[in-house]
Amino acid sequence: MWAFLHRFASPPHFYRLAGTLAPWLGWICLGLMAGGLYGGLVVAPPDYQQGESYRIIFVHVPSAWMSMFIYVVMAGAGAIALIWRIKLAEVVAVESAPIGASFTFLALVTGSLWGKPMWGTYWVWDARLTSELVLLFLYFGVMGLHAAIEDRRAAGRAAGLLAIVGVVNIPIIHYSVEWWHTLHQGPTVTKLSAPSIHVSMLVPLLLMAVSFKLFYLTVLLQRARSGVLERERGAGWVRELLARTESD
Amino acid sequence: MNAFLAVARRDLLLAVRHRAEAANPLLFFLVVVALVPLGLSPRRETLELIAPGVFWIGALLATLLSLERMFRSDFDDGSLELMLVSPQPLPLIVLAKIVAHWLATGLPLLVAAPLIALLLGLPARSLAVLLAALVLGTPTLSAVGAIGVALTAGLRRGGMLLSLLVLPLYIPVLVFAASAVSAAAGGLPAAGQLYLLGALAALSLTLAPLAAAAALRISVS
Repeated sequence: MWAFLHRFASPPHFYRLAGTLAPWLGWICLGLMAGGLYGGLVVAPPDYQQGESYRIIFVHVPSAWMSMFIYVVMAGAGAIALIWRIKLAEVVAVESAPIGASFTFLALVTGSLWGKPMWGTYWVWDARLTSELVLLFLYFGVMGLHAAIEDRRAAGRAAGLLAIVGVVNIPIIHYSVEWWHTLHQGPTVTKLSAPSIHVSMLVPLLLMAVSFKLFYLTVLLQRARSGVLERERGAGWVRELLARTESD
Repeated sequence: MNAFLAVARRDLLLAVRHRAEAANPLLFFLVVVALVPLGLSPRRETLELIAPGVFWIGALLATLLSLERMFRSDFDDGSLELMLVSPQPLPLIVLAKIVAHWLATGLPLLVAAPLIALLLGLPARSLAVLLAALVLGTPTLSAVGAIGVALTAGLRRGGMLLSLLVLPLYIPVLVFAASAVSAAAGGLPAAGQLYLLGALAALSLTLAPLAAAAALRISVS
């Protein structure tokens, strides 16, 4: 097991494996996304209350899920990087941050586009919206810290540590914002009380969720490949690789 | 324990010897509070409504400005490296620095609070809760801030970055503390918020030294 993990985590091996996997994952992701979009935008019936505008959930909900999922992945990779000093984990933690921030931003934008016809305003200081916004700030913090530190390895570890601190804080921030809301003024925006979603809407939603996960994996593998190359630019295997591509 | 006391004593001495520098956060706090009526409205009702929030945002920013003192100068003159290689447990040293920072910045805030409450027109009945919220809330600010400063200690211009790292983590303190003071000003019980502030203080004072120590090792290596 350990031998396998070490072999997997060795940069040249990862570089090759990621290069083979990424296109496959990308194509599967595209296929699922096409199916999910077709199911969501064409096949699924309009909602009896919200009409057509509910269809944004097929983008909004998966990206909100991804925004939290990626943060946890980032913190996990950060912990692995700090404890076992695995270079690859640093790369994964650092390269996840911009993808996660994009998904968070997408969730916020699609949410406010949906909010305009539904709630009559682009933005309300609702608990969920606020904690999603704070999550975006936390992502920016990780990215800013990583960009500010010169030494790449120290930057990776510092960003990983900050991600861990953030992941401890996210539940606290989320509940504090939720209680702030209820303590202050009582709910002005009633959440959809967990409507039992119809199968014709659930299937495309799940398809989209899986395809978003694969999209993340694809982009992460590509970004991690270039991250590994950049960090290992002095190593022998990168020179060999370079020599081979030049001779081709 | 000796190391704890020695570090705390040293940091406090440094704060006392640089009195003007130590007073700056407090003056900043006063100026921010004085700007609010000028920018919004000096009307009593308006001020009363926003006073708890203004007070705590001011306190947050003042703490933020004073955070750099915790590790930056030690990093610059090299004493931080000596602390890192000393046989004493690093989290304990960090905790000592957090305590010293709180004594140098949190305590003056506590002394100035009645005056600022007066300026903002907070009703007198909320003063006790305001002081309790300060006692329970400001240690969390110092402790969480220590992680941010430790992460940015080695950076030349870490100030803006520090605010980006630390302010989102201050949100729970802001929410509960401001809500406690608003509740007390409105004549409502504020015990729940104070308990939560106490819980946050206990959590941050136990975990933050560990995280800050790990961050220092990364920053200095």
